[in-house]
Amino acid sequence: MSYLHQFVFGIYPYIAFAIFILGSLARFEREQYTWKSDSSQVLHRGNLRLGNILFHLGIIGLFFGHLVGLLTPVAVWDALGVTHGFKQAFAMAAGGVMGGLCLSGLLILLHRRLSDPRIRAVTKPGDKVLLLWILVTLLLGLSTIFVSAQHMDGHEMVLLMTWAQHIVTFKGDAAAFIVGAHLLFKLHLFMGMTLFVIFPFTRLVHVWSGFASVTYLGRAWQLVRPR
Amino acid sequence: MKIRAQVGMVLNLDKCIGCHTCSVTCKNVWTSRDGVEYAWFNNVETKPGIGYPKEWENQAKWNGGWKRNTAGKLEPRQGGKLKILANLFANPNLPAIDDYYEPFTYDYEHLQKAPLSQTPPTARPVSVITGKKMDKIQWGPNWEDDLGGEFSSRSRDQLFEGLQKEMYSTFESTFMMYLPRLCEHCLNPTCVASCPSGSIYKREDDGIVLVDQDKCRGWRMCISGCPYKKIYYNWQSGKAEKCTFCFPRIEAGQPTVCSETCVGRIRYLGVLLYDADLIEQAASTPNEQDLYEEQLKVFLDPHSPAVIAEARKQGIPESWLEAARKSPVYKMACEWKVAFPLHPEYRTLPMVWYIPPLSPIQSAAEAGRMPHKTLGDSIIPDVKSLRIPVRYLANLLTAGKEKPIVTALDRMIAMRAYKRGEVVHGKQEVSLLQQVGLDAATVEDMYQIMAIANYEDRFVIPTSHKEMVEDSFNDKGSCGFTFGNGCSGGTSEGSLFGKKPQGSVIFVEMPKSRKKPVTTEE
Repeated sequence: MSYLHQFVFGIYPYIAFAIFILGSLARFEREQYTWKSDSSQVLHRGNLRLGNILFHLGIIGLFFGHLVGLLTPVAVWDALGVTHGFKQAFAMAAGGVMGGLCLSGLLILLHRRLSDPRIRAVTKPGDKVLLLWILVTLLLGLSTIFVSAQHMDGHEMVLLMTWAQHIVTFKGDAAAFIVGAHLLFKLHLFMGMTLFVIFPFTRLVHVWSGFASVTYLGRAWQLVRPR
Repeated sequence: MKIRAQVGMVLNLDKCIGCHTCSVTCKNVWTSRDGVEYAWFNNVETKPGIGYPKEWENQAKWNGGWKRNTAGKLEPRQGGKLKILANLFANPNLPAIDDYYEPFTYDYEHLQKAPLSQTPPTARPVSVITGKKMDKIQWGPNWEDDLGGEFSSRSRDQLFEGLQKEMYSTFESTFMMYLPRLCEHCLNPTCVASCPSGSIYKREDDGIVLVDQDKCRGWRMCISGCPYKKIYYNWQSGKAEKCTFCFPRIEAGQPTVCSETCVGRIRYLGVLLYDADLIEQAASTPNEQDLYEEQLKVFLDPHSPAVIAEARKQGIPESWLEAARKSPVYKMACEWKVAFPLHPEYRTLPMVWYIPPLSPIQSAAEAGRMPHKTLGDSIIPDVKSLRIPVRYLANLLTAGKEKPIVTALDRMIAMRAYKRGEVVHGKQEVSLLQQVGLDAATVEDMYQIMAIANYEDRFVIPTSHKEMVEDSFNDKGSCGFTFGNGCSGGTSEGSLFGKKPQGSVIFVEMPKSRKKPVTTEE
């Protein structure tokens, strides 16, 4: 196991997570005026509705898919009687569908953003970097489906799950489990973790608020503030 | 009973000359900034017309305001909370910038730099968004000024409902009026209800509805929620912005900028006391045409000893109670019943009210053919013969119910006839007033406030007693009005998040005159 491998898959996850959390906190605390979804709908609608709904459905599905799929202990699946092979096949199918939705939405959004002169004019470099970053991460993730298809026994998937679970439980030996993983997996992991690094510095912070907006459901219609 | 006070506004459309001074002074103060060039917190529209943004009154198209569902409960017309959340990704009811207009400036430089040519050079419009030349300006906040544009376009005006609009298409029978519009600072605002992040709120002490710029996340639901389309999306900052009712001025007891600068003296500001517990019930009245009267019931009589005692108990300052008793808004809306809410059928219980305009007598003013009655020396025309159809005004102000509008117009005509009799003939024709339910003293007060309209009669605004809630000593030297975290004392040159810190100047240099030793001349 090389030093670089140990750093990227043993240490970097913690760095990325720390930047994600502390960066979000710092921005929320110090620069809340910049905390927004940065919608461009008012300038040009185009096929925003189709693209944006596809993209968000897909990416939210992918996020929770990864969360549940990677972090549920293997013992739980075993206790439920879910075979590793079946789980892998399910993950590939669900990931493929969600990834497909996300990709088609993302391409529509990219086309809209780059083809309309008004939106192009208000697009900041950070917006482009973010969209391209997600695109590359997504394409890498989708391409791993073909790698997985070559070994359907679920063994490699369990190794990836073990890596993730050892990371979040601070076992220290996580990186060792994925030394043998295909390069596409490693690249996808790196890009994915780095997405959390750039998160606080881009419009991605609106994700926090998107999840927080469920509190709206329990709120009174009217809000009155005392002096 | 939960008593709250609000500074309300009345606009006397009978006196509006459509000069746009309110719009321009408002723009200079509030929206001459990037991202809101297209936004006019105050604009003046010529009616009939579809207005700005296009067809804002067409709620079948924009789904603004509230609707009463089958269970008798209110729900935003654009949908309940779940539907609003589901539409966060793309709001199907959001107007596009072209419904307002693409903001532009002109290529003035070309006028100076153009080479010698046969024809004089022109300054072409340049889009403020893209920086590119525009072929044609398509729309604006007063595009239909003084009946500009063809009738077929203007006649899409929703207020023609129930009227045979073709009758008004010809030059001889056309009519027009001005409608200055701003945020209504509603008692039951749909914008507040539609905001998923809870950034919009109504101030308890003066009723002003504001957007918390820090908490706004740019979900855009308020823009479609507001049936008056008076919340705007700042496309630069990504935040919603709206009329602030010039709250820094109101707090200091000064009128809003639009009111202060109104050339025709048409605007009035005054305190209204209301019972917040009655809002929901009034707004959910089954019949739309009852909403105007139901809203009147929400207001409390500031002269009633019971109301005064209860208001004192609930902590309303004495100066506010006194202002409420002198409030021109209360008089016009609740006592004389000459002012009406804008589109009560939206169920927002708006707090900017309008006095309907009188208009010239339709067509045949030749003697004998004009429907009228004679009382003493005065000829009183039938309000039904006024050029602006009563139904048109009723569609604007009372959800189509004509009777209250007729009463108001009758009272205004009676006031004119009475004062004319008094000044010209030296006679006090009290019979003129009795038939419209007024007396001489009331008409004198109406005349002072509505016709003479002295500054101190128009604006009765108590200061907000901020000294009770803020430590103004600690605010000394801090920065004042700012967007975002402009006051943070960051030390680095740039900022992690793309916005340079703009620390306030706490320390002011000693004036030079005092720093230098005084030198005697010569």
